[in-house]
Amino acid sequence: MKHDKTFKFITIGIIWLWLAIFAVAPNGLVFLTSLLQQGDNELVRLQLTLNSYFDLFNTSYLKIFLHSLGLAGCCTLVCIIVGYPFAFIIARSTSRYKGFLLFLVIIPFWTSSLIRSYAIVAMLKTKGILNSLLLSLGLIDQPLHLLYSSTAVMIGLVYSLLPFMILPLYANIEKLDMRLIDAARDLGANKRTVLLKIILPLTWPGIIAGSMLVFLPAMSMFYIPDLLGGAKSVLLGNLIQNQFLTARNWPMGSAVSVMLTLLMGLMLMLYWHSTKRNKDAQDLL
Amino acid sequence: MNRLTRIAYLAVVYLFFYFPIGVLIVYSFNNASYSLLWHGFTLNWYKELLSDTDLQSVAWHSLSVGILAATIATMLGTLTAVSLYRYRFKGKKLLHGMIFVMIVSPDIVMAISLLILFSTLKAPLGFWTLLLSHVTFCMPFVAVTVYSRIAGLDKNIFEAAKDLGASDFTILLRVIIPLLWPAILAGWLLSFTLSLDDVIISFFVTGPDFDILPLKIFSMVKLGVKPEINALCSVMFALTLLIVLIAQLVLRKKQ
Repeated sequence: MKHDKTFKFITIGIIWLWLAIFAVAPNGLVFLTSLLQQGDNELVRLQLTLNSYFDLFNTSYLKIFLHSLGLAGCCTLVCIIVGYPFAFIIARSTSRYKGFLLFLVIIPFWTSSLIRSYAIVAMLKTKGILNSLLLSLGLIDQPLHLLYSSTAVMIGLVYSLLPFMILPLYANIEKLDMRLIDAARDLGANKRTVLLKIILPLTWPGIIAGSMLVFLPAMSMFYIPDLLGGAKSVLLGNLIQNQFLTARNWPMGSAVSVMLTLLMGLMLMLYWHSTKRNKDAQDLL
Repeated sequence: MNRLTRIAYLAVVYLFFYFPIGVLIVYSFNNASYSLLWHGFTLNWYKELLSDTDLQSVAWHSLSVGILAATIATMLGTLTAVSLYRYRFKGKKLLHGMIFVMIVSPDIVMAISLLILFSTLKAPLGFWTLLLSHVTFCMPFVAVTVYSRIAGLDKNIFEAAKDLGASDFTILLRVIIPLLWPAILAGWLLSFTLSLDDVIISFFVTGPDFDILPLKIFSMVKLGVKPEINALCSVMFALTLLIVLIAQLVLRKKQ
């Protein structure tokens, strides 16, 4: 049928055209920009150089990079530690409210993280609800200065990103074949061995997927340090924002963005590797 | 873990999720500007929102971009899902991979890439650049939502339609869309919330003439905590809640 061929051609054509213009080309331009020089009058000077990348190893940038990595890493770790048992309990629950419990995680997942960060600001400020609560309970005598610190940024990041860890973990744990655990127990494995040798390896792809969805945004959500961290806590996202809008150093900002993309590539490879390995494990069954 | 510890654990995490938002909503009804104490119930802050003409135009901007972006993204995303399911073509795996990568890639990377694109094309930042960007980041989410449903369809239906002489276009219109409307509607609703809530990408790709709600809230919040912002955030939260609820109900119905 001739019409069908035209239809197929047009459909796939539209999709590829859109992605080529708004996804492939822009990223190519970022890479290109990172290789250019900052211009004096114009935004960039058309001269190829690796200067921006060398500048990345400049101490002040390197410090931000490491600080951002550390903060995002800690945030991811906290999300795994808090989120894993949480996802496990819900996924393995036989309660008839299971759907509702899951729905209660989906709501924060979709709620604007700006609004949720604002809620944290309102909680943590010196005369905020947390301080009054702690004061009235007699746990502290002086209001804590929680806001505008790395701790506040950490709380804000975990608050915003925890649902992004829980949902992939939930999806993964729910598919877990309980017979494998029973089999391991029958063969004499203790609880620790079951957890370390069966449950964790099988839910590894979920952990990686969740970590990806937490770690990458945690480095880039510039408005969270803006609201909760004052000027003290700078993420990679703030660095990029600053290079683009204030310092007007587009090549530098692009180079940072390329580094972030490389980091994403690394995590994607890890993810694909882990799902592949698990498929092999499933085939054994 | 026994049952009680499990329930306690869940309760603590849910409290962490909902306490700050709950406090925000409660204080949006408090009859005092800066006090933590309860000074009685009032709807003043909501009335103030309604009478703020500047805010109204900003809200209108957000809604129009949200509706248009969600609609275009839903069309593109549905076509993508259908093509991935029905057709064999070159680069199919690449397309699959790209959709996935677009979902996990950090917003800021997409934001500056689009900013550089628009600046290279010398496109003035405003409504159009914002709309195109929102369509681009919503589309993969629709594609994934619809694809997860389409994979459950019986392939024989398409064969039957084909045998009866339906063209691919007719099959899309008369078979696929009627069968998949819950997933398509859910994709639209989720795109709409994504567009309504986006801060990072919008921050870079819109101009001063076209302000939208999240950016307006961002600039207001930087100046401190105020009951008007509490009210505005509560309204936005309620809207998201409603949309997610509809999306979940629609998706569950056909399971």
